[in-house]
Amino acid sequence: MRSKSDPLLVVERLTMRFGGLVAVNNLSFDVGRGDITALIGPNGAGKTTVFNCVTGFYKPTEGRLALARSGVADRPAIEKLTRSAGRFAKQGDNELYLLERMPGHLIAHHAKVARTFQNIRLFQGMTVLENIMVAHHNLLMKASGLTVLGLVGAPHYRRTEAWAVDRAKYWLNKIGLIDRADDPAGELPYGAQRRLEIARAMCADPVLLCLDEPAAGLNPRESLELNTLLNSIRDDHGVSILLIEHDMSVVMQISDHVVVLDYGTKISDGTPEQVRNDPKVIAAYLGVADAEEFAEVEAEIHA
Amino acid sequence: MAEDTKSLGGALKEACVAAAITFFLCVPIIMFRADSDVNSGQLELNFRPIAVAVFVALAFFGRLLVLTIGLRPPRQKAVPRVGPPSGLRAVFSYVIAPIGLLFLVAYPAVVVYWLGAGGALKWIDSYGIQILIYVMLGWGLNIVVGLAGLLDLGYVAFYAVGAYSYTLLAINFGLSFWICLPIAGLLAACWGMILGFPVLRLRGDYLAIVTLAFGEIIRTILVNWTAFSGGTAGISSIPKITFFGLRFADVDDGFDAYFGMDYSPIHGKLYLYYVILGLALLTNLVTLRLRRLPIGRAWEALREDEIACRSLGINTTNTKLTAFALGAFFGGLAGSFFAVRQGFISPESFTFNESATILAIVVLGGMGSQIGVAFAAIALIGGFEMLRELGWLKDLMATYFGLTDFDPTQYRGLIFGFAMVVMMVVRPRGFISTRSPSIYLERRTAVSGELVKEGHG
Repeated sequence: MRSKSDPLLVVERLTMRFGGLVAVNNLSFDVGRGDITALIGPNGAGKTTVFNCVTGFYKPTEGRLALARSGVADRPAIEKLTRSAGRFAKQGDNELYLLERMPGHLIAHHAKVARTFQNIRLFQGMTVLENIMVAHHNLLMKASGLTVLGLVGAPHYRRTEAWAVDRAKYWLNKIGLIDRADDPAGELPYGAQRRLEIARAMCADPVLLCLDEPAAGLNPRESLELNTLLNSIRDDHGVSILLIEHDMSVVMQISDHVVVLDYGTKISDGTPEQVRNDPKVIAAYLGVADAEEFAEVEAEIHA
Repeated sequence: MAEDTKSLGGALKEACVAAAITFFLCVPIIMFRADSDVNSGQLELNFRPIAVAVFVALAFFGRLLVLTIGLRPPRQKAVPRVGPPSGLRAVFSYVIAPIGLLFLVAYPAVVVYWLGAGGALKWIDSYGIQILIYVMLGWGLNIVVGLAGLLDLGYVAFYAVGAYSYTLLAINFGLSFWICLPIAGLLAACWGMILGFPVLRLRGDYLAIVTLAFGEIIRTILVNWTAFSGGTAGISSIPKITFFGLRFADVDDGFDAYFGMDYSPIHGKLYLYYVILGLALLTNLVTLRLRRLPIGRAWEALREDEIACRSLGINTTNTKLTAFALGAFFGGLAGSFFAVRQGFISPESFTFNESATILAIVVLGGMGSQIGVAFAAIALIGGFEMLRELGWLKDLMATYFGLTDFDPTQYRGLIFGFAMVVMMVVRPRGFISTRSPSIYLERRTAVSGELVKEGHG
């Protein structure tokens, strides 16, 4: 767990209000570089809202989201950037972004945060390969000289496109969909669609991959494969992962760090082992108001 | 009820129901007719029971026919996937484009050979050139509606911008068509951007309404700003097209005289035909190439899922704007050609009806399909022109049925509407309902239209 020593994303006092509803309330946590961080909590706890704030789909009402794309997210640098009007600071190897100041597509493009969705959002009428090629959009746009060079078939563009196809092949091999590369994405079985969405997000070259319930609707075997895939993304590709998950077998097996939300506030933060034994967490999952009541419930259960 | 209709008895029952509904509808609408008396000038009420009977009978037998022949919408296919084309379809899909191209290039020669220079004029002008203008417009709008999935009901505005750009530049500054053509395109593209910036954050119905309004605004300005556009009277005597400065006219320094030929109006028409053919093919070529480039894939991805696009770092505003601007650019080129061909333009030519026709071409062709759009333009524009040629039917009616005042050409809108409804039932996704992928590893598998989204703004 490197959230203390080498944080990649520092979330501070994040608050998101929708009218009178406070979906996320004064939430602070760190995502360590090279960690798999799980964000868990009962339904309606505000997990997806946090995701939407991090990836720029919502503008947070209050709070700071600092991401160190490379280097370290040290406090003075974050403070300095916050006081300036900018959204980006580069100092030597340190590249720091304030995500709450950036529109969604720039977060994906520059700060390199990619995400998947709770209800899968593939380009269903496009083939599996096309889906992955779209993820290379910014790279290929640049190589095609904003389309002009591509239109005349410049060799540099062709080389870059061939490279992108090779990378697509690599990922399709990895998720076991190489044989279906030319099939429409909408035709794939559910589990394969989930894997394809992860592969597509990876092809956008992220430093932080946000997965919204990647194991939802998967059978136990597919869940196990997902664990292997996520471990490989972290270990072989050096990409940090932030995931929302209800499937505790996934959370407990692969997470390095778990943050628990309930009613928009953080109720626990630590290693899977610590969180598992936290009475507050158990109370939240059993649906009791506080820890004392929990003790009563536990007594009842054991009785 | 659906089970009932399988037997003849059930069909009869349903036909009776249809007849009864028609009867109740026809009684107030058709039964009573107020005619003014020829002598006194007063209104008098006439009853027309026979007309009602005819309509009821039509409804009855029509419904019966539909039920027995089984012209019912096909059920959703269990397997939405469409494999690589096989057999005859494979041959068709590979040869259709070159054969079509060959046909288009050879068409004027064939017509001239067949009908002579005089008879060919109509076939080259009102069929050839007219249809090709709409093919080009269809292809231009296809970028916006078919690829990017942005419903644009005001496409005619860009057509108008192109037409007026050429006209005003040519008349006021004496610029030639070939210089004005790209300028007109760029001006139209600018207007595409100007419309796009505020509008593209709207989606679906809202976008459609605003684009519709934009088309009307441009037309209203052209009507009212008389000093600029000549108002409803329009602008006439627009300079004609030239061939490297040679005019198509019966003069000593004209095209015909220069090449030592006798003057014939067909030469000018042939030239116009090949110019619009070239412009349309340019539109097609650019679109086909762009589909294989990241920008084209981003358009299609945008049509499929805008939120996923943003999560992958695609700037959706810019992507939509390029689609709008490029579609408008080709609309501007077509408009400019329209002006040089007509020699006269007025706001009358740029009504909402034109937008609707172009959109109908794109939808009928199958959104996103280039060949489909071309066929749809031929069917819609050519078909509509064809319905003018119903003189023989009029003669037939007059000689054998004694209906001297029956003019079938008056019914061409009705016939046309009926044909469109039939198409809607038989092929709801247009002529070509599959999508061809822009890149493939092993084999090009057509994607079924049922998976492809239409876009929602």
